Amino acid sequence: MGNFIIAKIIARSVLSRFATRLYPFEKRAPYAATRGHIENEISRCIMCGICQKKCPTHAITVVRAERNWAIEPMKCIQCGECVTACPVKCLSMANTYSAASPTKETILLHQETPPPKPGAAKQEA
Amino acid sequence: MGTRTIIPFGPQHPVLPEPIHLDLVLEDEKVVEALPSVGFVHRGLERLAEVKDFHELVYVAERICGICSFIHGQGYCQGVETLLNIEVPARAKYLRTIWAELSRIHSHILWLGLFADAFGFESLFMHCWRVREKIVDIIEATAGGRVIFGSCKVGGARRDIPNDVLKGIKAELTTIEAEYNELKPTFLHDNSVKRRTVGIGTLSKEQAYALGAVGPTLRGSGVASDLRTLGYAAYKDLQWEPVVEHGGDCYSRTVVRVREVTMSFDLIRQAIDKIPEGPVDVKVTGNPTGEFFSRLEQPRGEVVYYVKGNNTKFLERFRIRTPTFANIAPLVVMLKGCELPDVPVIVLTIDPCISCTER
Amino acid sequence: MTMIEPQPVIAIDRADLPEKAKEFFVQGYRLVQICATNGDSTLEVTYSFDRDYAFTNMRVILQKDDTVLPSITGSFLAAFTYENELQDLFGIKITDLAINYNGNFYKMAIKTPFLVNKSSGAA
Repeated sequence: MGNFIIAKIIARSVLSRFATRLYPFEKRAPYAATRGHIENEISRCIMCGICQKKCPTHAITVVRAERNWAIEPMKCIQCGECVTACPVKCLSMANTYSAASPTKETILLHQETPPPKPGAAKQEA
Repeated sequence: MGTRTIIPFGPQHPVLPEPIHLDLVLEDEKVVEALPSVGFVHRGLERLAEVKDFHELVYVAERICGICSFIHGQGYCQGVETLLNIEVPARAKYLRTIWAELSRIHSHILWLGLFADAFGFESLFMHCWRVREKIVDIIEATAGGRVIFGSCKVGGARRDIPNDVLKGIKAELTTIEAEYNELKPTFLHDNSVKRRTVGIGTLSKEQAYALGAVGPTLRGSGVASDLRTLGYAAYKDLQWEPVVEHGGDCYSRTVVRVREVTMSFDLIRQAIDKIPEGPVDVKVTGNPTGEFFSRLEQPRGEVVYYVKGNNTKFLERFRIRTPTFANIAPLVVMLKGCELPDVPVIVLTIDPCISCTER
Repeated sequence: MTMIEPQPVIAIDRADLPEKAKEFFVQGYRLVQICATNGDSTLEVTYSFDRDYAFTNMRVILQKDDTVLPSITGSFLAAFTYENELQDLFGIKITDLAINYNGNFYKMAIKTPFLVNKSSGAA
């Protein structure tokens, strides 16, 4: 039984520094494991389209003939299925969130030259 | 005989975390009857089972609710794994237990904060959420997201927590528990809290059981029913017992949740000590066949997942019966005879998670 | 799962429904859930009960042109939420329902959404 038992905590909050961070002057460093956004090392992509099939929200579009790989960040739910499924591991999950924006944009990556086939590399070696 | 008025409560109300509508029939200031009506966030998620294969459906299951997200994913995975007849490795079971208990702590502390806000104790609300931030940071560092974990999949866990990180978590939990213990005396002994919660919304033991109450609503009325006793995941290897109180009023339900947070801290420490080495997932082949009711203990009570497979990669039926859905009938009974200012306190005491209720 | 608890499903006739529900109530079971599955020409309605962690179910199979069920709110008042949901989502008519919303429990844009356009599974 008591009255104003929280007095000790309140006194401490009044007398010490506030518990919140002074954002935007002080930003928290993201954790290594945070699922932020998807990045693609486009020079190694083989345009197989497996990431497009696995994506639960259909955020990725792959057009093999034009060598284009596109993602809509606003549709992406950062689940990481594409990263797990990619056979050459060119997709990775970066740990910063995509910025807020007033329009829904698509990020289009175009591959100039296709990566060397594994057979060709073996012949040269 | 006073005059009768009907006052709508919700769907927008400062105290409600999610929209529910109640038509309160009042006689002067006493509530005579309450009629709930839901459907503001009905998304028809159960029908997505027809177009998303059973591996992808985990993402839908997790996103049914933000507060109880991990245990939804875990319940779904356990149901499908039973249909596929596969056994998840022991390390994955312990990891799932650790994440589930972290989820329970963050949900209960969130509720304690909202409950304090329901009777106007805003500084206590802010301090509860300050303590909860540290738990959510641990979740983000291990699972990748603050709210949606994304770490459970059919066959095990999607990522591992290395042993040195686990030791770090154990040390961090000691600090967090010390801060949480400073808030406990206010909830348990402060006069202003007791005056708003003792004797309000009383539900006797027989009433609670007959009306189908689950979770802390049932355990606060003296029935020792906690689905973790079934021994899924790693619970059969850990020492614990259900937390029961006998008052049946809002105060008892608060005490149940306050004590459950302490029990969860202890469960996580036990799990970190006992976690075995090994793989965290197992290869999944084949399609689910048959039907199974997977039952788990969410922070709000018993959740039932009914999965039915017909040997294709799409489930035939995916049905979730969430704890708040079962607690609506006791809520209607509790509201009879209370005063109007007690309505927000009683509605919050069942821990309403309406996005779960309506899916 | 290391423990697969037995979950018996007893098939019953819909006329016996209130009787059997009363038996469960008298034996101390509590109602866990009521759920309906949309088959091709049938609707299966499953009633689940639990006592001390022992789980058991009853099932009624309805033909789609004759979806009427008696209510069990006589024994289990808590069933009113589940039975109203069956009325709203699946169009099953429940008789003798204690608190009947007549299709207005869920606020929805169309009637019986769970019966329309059942996909065969193409994504």
